[in-house]
Amino acid sequence: MAISHSNGWMLPGGLLGCLMLWAAVATGQTKNSCLDCHSNLPEPLGVTQEKFSHDIHAQKGLTCASCHGGDPTSDDPDKAMSRKAGWKGKIDRKQIPQLCGTCHSDTTYIRQFNPSLRTDQLSQYRTSVHGKRLALGDTKVAVCTDCHSVHDLRAPTDSQSTVNPVNVANTCARCHADANYMAEYKIPTSQFAEYGKSVHHEALVVRGDLSAPTCTTCHGNHGATPPGFASVANVCSTCHVFQAQLFDASPHKEAFSSAGLPGCVTCHSNHGILHPTDELIGTDEKAVCTQCHTEGDAGFVAAGKMKQQLVQLAGAIDGADQILSRAEQSGMEVSQASLDLVQARDVLTKARVTVHSFNVARIESEIKPGMETAAKDYDAGKKAMAEREYRRVGLGVSLVAIALVLVGFRLYLKQIES
Amino acid sequence: MATGDEGMISPADHIDPVPRRQFVELVLGSGVLATVVAFVYPVLRYLVPPKELDLGSDAVVAGRVGELKPNSGKVFRFGNRPGLLIRTAGGDYRAMSATCTHLSCTVQYRDDMQQVWCACHNGHYDLNGRNIAGPPPRPLELYEVQVRGEEIFVRRRREA
Amino acid sequence: MGLLRGLRSWLDERFGWDALIAPLRKKTVPLHRFSYWYFLGGITLFLFIIQVITGILLLLYYRPGASEAFESVQYIMTRVQFGWLIRSIHSWSANLMIFTAFAHMFSVLFFKAYRKPRELTWVSGVILLFLVMGFGFSGYLLPWNTLAFFATKVGTEITGQVPIVGRPMMIFLRGGEEVTGATLTRFFGFHVAVLPGLTTLLILVHLLLVQRLGISVPPKLEAEWKASPAQRREMKFFPNFMLRELMAWYVALGVLGALAAIFPWNLGIKADPFVSAPAGIKPEWYFLFMFQTLKLIPPKVWFIDGEVIGVVVFGLIALLWLLLPFLGRNHPSRVQRWITGIGIFALAYMAGMTVYGHFAQ
Repeated sequence: MAISHSNGWMLPGGLLGCLMLWAAVATGQTKNSCLDCHSNLPEPLGVTQEKFSHDIHAQKGLTCASCHGGDPTSDDPDKAMSRKAGWKGKIDRKQIPQLCGTCHSDTTYIRQFNPSLRTDQLSQYRTSVHGKRLALGDTKVAVCTDCHSVHDLRAPTDSQSTVNPVNVANTCARCHADANYMAEYKIPTSQFAEYGKSVHHEALVVRGDLSAPTCTTCHGNHGATPPGFASVANVCSTCHVFQAQLFDASPHKEAFSSAGLPGCVTCHSNHGILHPTDELIGTDEKAVCTQCHTEGDAGFVAAGKMKQQLVQLAGAIDGADQILSRAEQSGMEVSQASLDLVQARDVLTKARVTVHSFNVARIESEIKPGMETAAKDYDAGKKAMAEREYRRVGLGVSLVAIALVLVGFRLYLKQIES
Repeated sequence: MATGDEGMISPADHIDPVPRRQFVELVLGSGVLATVVAFVYPVLRYLVPPKELDLGSDAVVAGRVGELKPNSGKVFRFGNRPGLLIRTAGGDYRAMSATCTHLSCTVQYRDDMQQVWCACHNGHYDLNGRNIAGPPPRPLELYEVQVRGEEIFVRRRREA
Repeated sequence: MGLLRGLRSWLDERFGWDALIAPLRKKTVPLHRFSYWYFLGGITLFLFIIQVITGILLLLYYRPGASEAFESVQYIMTRVQFGWLIRSIHSWSANLMIFTAFAHMFSVLFFKAYRKPRELTWVSGVILLFLVMGFGFSGYLLPWNTLAFFATKVGTEITGQVPIVGRPMMIFLRGGEEVTGATLTRFFGFHVAVLPGLTTLLILVHLLLVQRLGISVPPKLEAEWKASPAQRREMKFFPNFMLRELMAWYVALGVLGALAAIFPWNLGIKADPFVSAPAGIKPEWYFLFMFQTLKLIPPKVWFIDGEVIGVVVFGLIALLWLLLPFLGRNHPSRVQRWITGIGIFALAYMAGMTVYGHFAQ
C-alpha cells in the first residue's frame, strides 16, 4: 500500500479500514452509517442509496470508509468522521490515482474479486499525457473518477457505464470537446464532432458493433497518448490488415515517410473517417490524389486509370442489375443471373481494397473477370426481356385469333337470323 | 365485332347466298381452329416434362460422396445464394451460408487455417460459422447436411 | 358442317341423342334490355371449366408438402414450357370467377329471380358461392409463400372465434393447433378432391333446375308481358343465345390470356413459420370486406369479444342469405322491396369495405 507523506494517519487509518472490511465481509454484514446522513444531503455532499446501489464497489461489499476512511459502524458523526478513525474527507484530486491504485495495483488483493482483472492501470496512467501532467501539478487533467465516475461506478461491460465502449467517446468529449476548458492546451477540440460523422461511430454507437474503434481503441485508455505520425498507420493496420499490407508494398510508403506524411490518415483522416466512395480516387478536385499529383505525372495518370476501372465495373454491374430487375418485375425468372452478379460485386469490393497497392496493372487484372461476369449477366437479362416480348407476341396472335372467331360468330348469327 | 359488318354488307349484296355462307363458315372455322391451336399448343408443350430435373425440395444436392477430399471445401448454389460445403479434416461434412455477414462477399474454405475466410477484408469464421476475427459482425447461417447414398443433401435447418 | 351432321346421326343411333337434346332445342331465353345479365352465370361456369383444366395440368407438376410446394410452383413458373401461362391463368381465373359469381348472385337478387318456384336454384347457388370462396381460400395457401401462410393463419384464427364449434373447426381446418405442413396437405385435399366433387354435384343440380324451370324475368316485365302477351320477346337458346354466350366466353378467354401474359402471377417468398409476420398482412380481396369489418369492431362489446360478435354476425347474415327466398312469404312484395334495399346496402358495403381495406394501413 502506498504511504502518503502528507498525512501520518493514513497508514493506521488504512489498516483500520481494511480491518473493518475484513470484519464486515467475515460477518456478512456491511453497516454503512455514512449513507444514513449523506443520502439526505444535497449535492455535492449527498450520495443517495439508489445511486450507490449501482456502484460495483458497493456491490462487492466495500463501504464509504474503504476510500474515505472513518468509522462506518458509528452513528455519531464526530466518531464516524474522526481523524482518529482515519477519516480523509474529500479526496484531493492529485491523490485519487494513488488511492485507487491502493487496491487496483495490488494483484493479490484484486485476485480475491476478479482474477482476470488487470492491475497495471496506475502504472499505465503514469505514462499517459494525463498522468504526466498531473505529476507536474495540473489538476485539470482527467483522473480515475473523471472517466469512471464515482459512487455509481459501473463495470465497463454495463451498457450504462461511462467507460462502456459505446459511451467512451462521450466521456472523453466532456473535456476534449469543450473549447473553453481546453483553451490553454492548444490542441484541437473538434475530434468528437469529427468522430460523430465517421463510419466507426456509425458502426459502434449506432449499430452496436463492438469491433469498431472508439477513442481508447487507438489512443489507449489508461496510458492515453496520441499515436505519433510514424506509428498511426500501425494502429489502423491492426484491423485493416489487407489495406496496410498493400500500402506497405506500394510506392506510397516510401514517398509518404520521406515527406513526413502519416500513412492512412493523409487520405482518410484520423477522426472523421467517412465511408470511402469511388470519388476518393481519381483526377478531379474531390479526389485525394490531386492533393499531391498534378496533370501529367505518373501518379496522376495511374489515378485516372484506376478510377476508370472501378467506375467501369460499377457501371456494368448497375446496368446488369437494372435489366435483371426489369425482367424480374415482368415475371421472368432470373435468379441464376442475379446470383452470378454477386460474384461481380465481390470483384468490385476486392478491387476497392487493391486500390491501396496503387498498381494499375494489378487492378486491371482483377477487374477483368468481374466485367466478364457482369456482361454475361446483362445478356441473361436481355434474354429474359426477349422472352417477355415473345410472350406478348404470342398473346397478340391469340387475341387476333379470338377476334377472328368473334367476327365469325357475328357473321354467322347475322346469317342465321336474317 | 361490329366493325367487320359494315364492310361486309355491300359486297354481300352482290354475292349470292351460298358463297356468302361459305365465307362465313370459313371465317368462323378458321377462327375456331386458330383459337383451338392457340390453346392446345401450349398445353401440349406443357405436358412434355422439361429436361432439367425438378427443383424438388428445399434440400439441394451440394455434391457427391468422394468429390471432396478431407480438409477441403466447395461453393454450391443454395436457392438464390451461395452455400459452402466443407469436408473437415476428420472427414465429416459441414454446410453454411457462403455470404459474408460483413459486406456480402463470397467466403471460402482455407485448408491451411482450417477456417472459413473472406478474401475481401480478412474475415475469419470457425467451422461452426461463428465469426472469430475481422470485420464480420454476425456468424454464418449453418445448414443441415444429410448424406443419402452417393449424394450430399443440404437443407435449411428449420422445419416447417 | 356435313361432318357435324354425320357425327350427330352417329350419336343419335347410339344415345338417342336427338331425343336427349330435344328440350334444349325448345329452350328459350327472354329478350329484354337486361338480357345481357344472363351471361354471368355462364361465364362463371366457363371459368370453372378453365379452373378444372388448368388445375389438372398444374397437378401434373405441383407437389403438396411444406418442403416442396414452393419449389414446385417455382419449377412450373420457370422451367415447365408455358407453365407460367397455365399457372397465371389459373390464378387470374380464380379471382375473375369469384367476381363473376358475386355479380351473378347480385344480379339474380336485384332481378328477383329467386322467387317461387326458383328458391332451390337460389339455395344451391348460394352454397356454390360459399364453395367457390372455399376454393379461393384453400387454393391460396398451396404455393406456400409468406403472404399465403400468414393470410391462412389469420383466416383460420378468425374461424376459431366462432362460439362453441369455432375451435374444433379451426383445428379441423389446420390439421392441428398451428398452420403447418399438415395444413397444406389438408387444404390440398379440400382443393382438388372435396370441393371439386361437391361443386360439380351442385352445379349439375343448379343447371338442372335452370333447365327445368326456364329463365326468370324481372317482376315488372313479367307483369307487362302477362298483360299483353304479344309484347313477349324470346330468343332460341340453341343456337342463337348459345352462340352469343360462346362469344362472351371467347372474350373472357382473351381477357384471361392478356392478364396472364402481361401480369403473370408472382411467386412471393417461401413461407417460414419462424419469421415474424410482415406488417400489414391482408387476406385476398374477396375476404377484405369481412377482414376490414372485424378490424373496425372494438375489442370488446359489453363482455363479449369484438371478433366473436363479428364472426357470429357474418354467420347469421350468411344463413339469412341462404334462406332469402323463404323469408316473408306472407307479404311478398314488401319483403322483396326490403330485400332489394338490403341487397343495395350489402353491395355498397362490400365494395366500400373492400376499397377501404385495400388502402388501409
